[in-house]
Amino acid sequence: MFGKTVKELGDALRRKEFSSTELTTAYLEHSKALNKEVNAFITFDEEQTLAQAKLADEILSTDNATALTGIPIAHKDIWCAKDWITTCGSRMLENFRSPYDAHIIKRFKECGAVTLGKTNMDEFAMGSSNETSWFGNVKNPWDLGRVPGGSSGGSAAAVAADMTPASTGTDTGGSIRQPAALCGISGLKPTYGLVSRYGMIAFASSLDQGGPMAKSAEDLAILLEAMVSFDDKDSTSLEKPTVHYSSMINKSVKGLRIGIPKEYFSDEIAPDIQNGVQDALKEYEKLGAKLVDINLPTSPLSVAAYYVIAPAEASSNLSRFDGVRYGYRAPNYSDLNDMYAKTRAQGFGAEVKRRILIGTYVLSHGYYDAYYLKAQKVRRLISQDFAHAFKTCDMIMSPTTPSTAFKIGEKVSDPVQMYLSDTFTIAANLAGLPAMSIPCGLDRNQLPIGLQLIGNYFDEAGMIAAAHQYQCATDWHLKKPPLHNV
Amino acid sequence: MEWEIVIGIETHVQLSTESKIFSGASTDFGAMPNAHACEVDLALPGVLPVLNKDAVEKAIRFGVATQATINQRSIFARKNYFYPDLPKGYQISQMEIPVVEGGTIKFHVAESEKTVNLTRAHLEEDAGKSLHEDFIDMSGIDLNRAGTPLLEIVSEPEMRSSNEAVEYAKTLHSLVRWIGICDGNMQEGNFRCDANVSVRRKGDKTLGTRREIKNLNSFKFLQQAIEYEARWQIEQIEDGLAIVQATVLFDPDSGETRLMRTKEDAHDYRYFPDPDLLPLVIDDDWLKTTRASLPELPKSKARRYQDDLELSGPDVASLVSSLEAATYFEATLNHFDVSGIKPAAKSIANWMNGELTASLNRSQKDFSQCPISPETLSVLIKRVLDNTLSTKLARLVFEELWSGDSTVDDIILKKGFKQMSDSGEIESFVSQVIEQHPQQVADFKAGKEKALNSLVGQVMKLTKGKANPTQVNEILKSKLS
Repeated sequence: MFGKTVKELGDALRRKEFSSTELTTAYLEHSKALNKEVNAFITFDEEQTLAQAKLADEILSTDNATALTGIPIAHKDIWCAKDWITTCGSRMLENFRSPYDAHIIKRFKECGAVTLGKTNMDEFAMGSSNETSWFGNVKNPWDLGRVPGGSSGGSAAAVAADMTPASTGTDTGGSIRQPAALCGISGLKPTYGLVSRYGMIAFASSLDQGGPMAKSAEDLAILLEAMVSFDDKDSTSLEKPTVHYSSMINKSVKGLRIGIPKEYFSDEIAPDIQNGVQDALKEYEKLGAKLVDINLPTSPLSVAAYYVIAPAEASSNLSRFDGVRYGYRAPNYSDLNDMYAKTRAQGFGAEVKRRILIGTYVLSHGYYDAYYLKAQKVRRLISQDFAHAFKTCDMIMSPTTPSTAFKIGEKVSDPVQMYLSDTFTIAANLAGLPAMSIPCGLDRNQLPIGLQLIGNYFDEAGMIAAAHQYQCATDWHLKKPPLHNV
Repeated sequence: MEWEIVIGIETHVQLSTESKIFSGASTDFGAMPNAHACEVDLALPGVLPVLNKDAVEKAIRFGVATQATINQRSIFARKNYFYPDLPKGYQISQMEIPVVEGGTIKFHVAESEKTVNLTRAHLEEDAGKSLHEDFIDMSGIDLNRAGTPLLEIVSEPEMRSSNEAVEYAKTLHSLVRWIGICDGNMQEGNFRCDANVSVRRKGDKTLGTRREIKNLNSFKFLQQAIEYEARWQIEQIEDGLAIVQATVLFDPDSGETRLMRTKEDAHDYRYFPDPDLLPLVIDDDWLKTTRASLPELPKSKARRYQDDLELSGPDVASLVSSLEAATYFEATLNHFDVSGIKPAAKSIANWMNGELTASLNRSQKDFSQCPISPETLSVLIKRVLDNTLSTKLARLVFEELWSGDSTVDDIILKKGFKQMSDSGEIESFVSQVIEQHPQQVADFKAGKEKALNSLVGQVMKLTKGKANPTQVNEILKSKLS
């Protein structure tokens, strides 16, 4: 049963090669055992998981099965799932059992998918290495001494180690794509507004977007079909005609104009990554695509703009964690203000506090114009850069990250170095564009290299097809980490 | 030294929507604590706000009714501060671009018309309530009110006395009820005023330092609080002390205002546009439909009543003080022919502003709940106009009507209230009175006009009030001349 894609497992389930209960039980056992090494999951809830598998088996015995019926899926612990502990990687929500389902959790349930567990993540999705999690860092299955990336590091590592057939993540500045790249899997951040944010614990509302993480582009298409749907509970949700992504993956890349932004190919990028990405681009040329030089002149400012806007929104979004209604409350306090102070001092980790402080500062009276408004202007310029670039190309490609997986602890004391690992991914969030990462090689340490695809608004189908064409011609996405043999 | 009081008022008007401004929970008052708090109101992790269109509709109605500018694109912003009954740690409000800007409120103070300009009116959500009484060493939090839609209406500092402030508030209160956007129940906190008060020497051009009196939920308190506050400020300045900008609370028991916080401990609310909500866009069609759905406004009705019906200013003012009163007035008037419409209108106004209002006030009802229907009142008035009833008897009939369900004519018949208009019958009573009161007769003949009134009174007494006093007067005069 292991080592298969969602597509393959779905076909096998519908052919009754095995039941969802058998598949789910096998994955539960396998994952729980591996989790001691990888720490990709925060929560397993066998009872709820197996109840769902049983329900899926009933559906599988009828004609109502979908491509996802009976498939175990791991959800980033940022999604509220009814009756599941939902921690967001924080001590603040260590004891929070959600009384409601996020919109996408509801959608997966409707498709008959099974929640395998909740995956580890950087606390409140703030981090690029999974080292900020209250529940310990996730380890990269390719090298247990290295980080899996973040913030969706648990979801990426779980897919890479085949602890789950697929998972969900969220991406505010690269949190799907960067861990996907570092763990050698495929991950997609859709156009802002395509996947409902209802029930996704907010980090930076104008940037947050959920998306799928899987072993292949084809699997991303299957998962995306479940995740994309209009939601009247999210005012930023977009009402669009339904797209059957999985039926469009065979579209050829012949004639596709691939934009190559020179700003994303600087000397600071590791040479192995340069080579891996260049090889991938050559492959695309072989498949009939054309490479076009483009400019994204404002993109060097994207990290700076991001680290004003995201903390500003976060400082406000995280105000609800005050110890009054749910979640952590400090055991001892003298009065109301002391309760707030101690609860938040003890409940939040250092990185979260750093960002709340930055965000509070940039929104403060007298600083708002210089920081927040200025950053919003930069954001508009970045969007305009992309709009301009898409006049001469259909899709943009670049490395996903400037380096492959780094060692645990290597950047933890240098936040700015850590922030720079998202240097190529942030612009897509600021512009709201869809972007993905697919594996395109291994470096000299046998660590995965990620190729980033940035598409125009709502071109998820085109991007997935381009990724699928590449995966049909190459086998980088099939490479397994050494841990797989454990 | 002559002082001038300067007052601006911010009013929180609770909009009468079925559900909350950003969630589907009910806005009903008086439920068990937290029974009307859904996951959005509780600010659970991951929840998002969705704007209630009816709240916007009501804000537009207000803007149209006050001749304000409706901003067709306005922005919701977050006002960040921590408080236990503010579940998200921020209030969704409007800052830079409110939905309504400008507009005016016109009212009368001591016969002269006053116009107060409005600065703005913006949409926002209410907070919950902290309950400190029922718990030991703890506070209870009730989030039923959290997320209730409010329209905050801000006036320019253009009022110059507590009377003007109260008239402004009363007019605004009547208007928001008139256009159906607020129930106006002040006990339930549907309509709460904050008064910004400052004083300056008469003739000064610059404003004095203001203090804001928070949360005044009755007109009486509004008046008392402003008067106390202004007096206090004047005393301070006359004692050589400076006024420090502050927020104060009014204590109805002591009748005094007391300091809540000064500007130094004021929050930095760190307003910024709420990224969870799109800009609020109101298209031309929406504006047009809303404009067309508004009832005729008090001012326009007042003008009609004055011009077409020739009613007096004070009469008109009370008739248009509420939509219920105006509706009752017009419904009664509809039972009269055009030919006699003016005396009928005057008479209806007299009844409504007299007996009816007094009786309604006694039983705490408004005109929509009046036990005497407009039709019944019209019959009563017709019986007076056709001389069947004297005014005095009509009052007795009114009392019967108020307490029972009989008709006007039944009561007249049953009680024998019919006015005596047969001059032969009246004459015999007049003769009797002249015989019995020779002294008064002599006085009148000696030129004491007042003696006549006494004789008329005697006739009325003898006829148990049924004689037509005008006729009695005429007959007496002719007999004594």
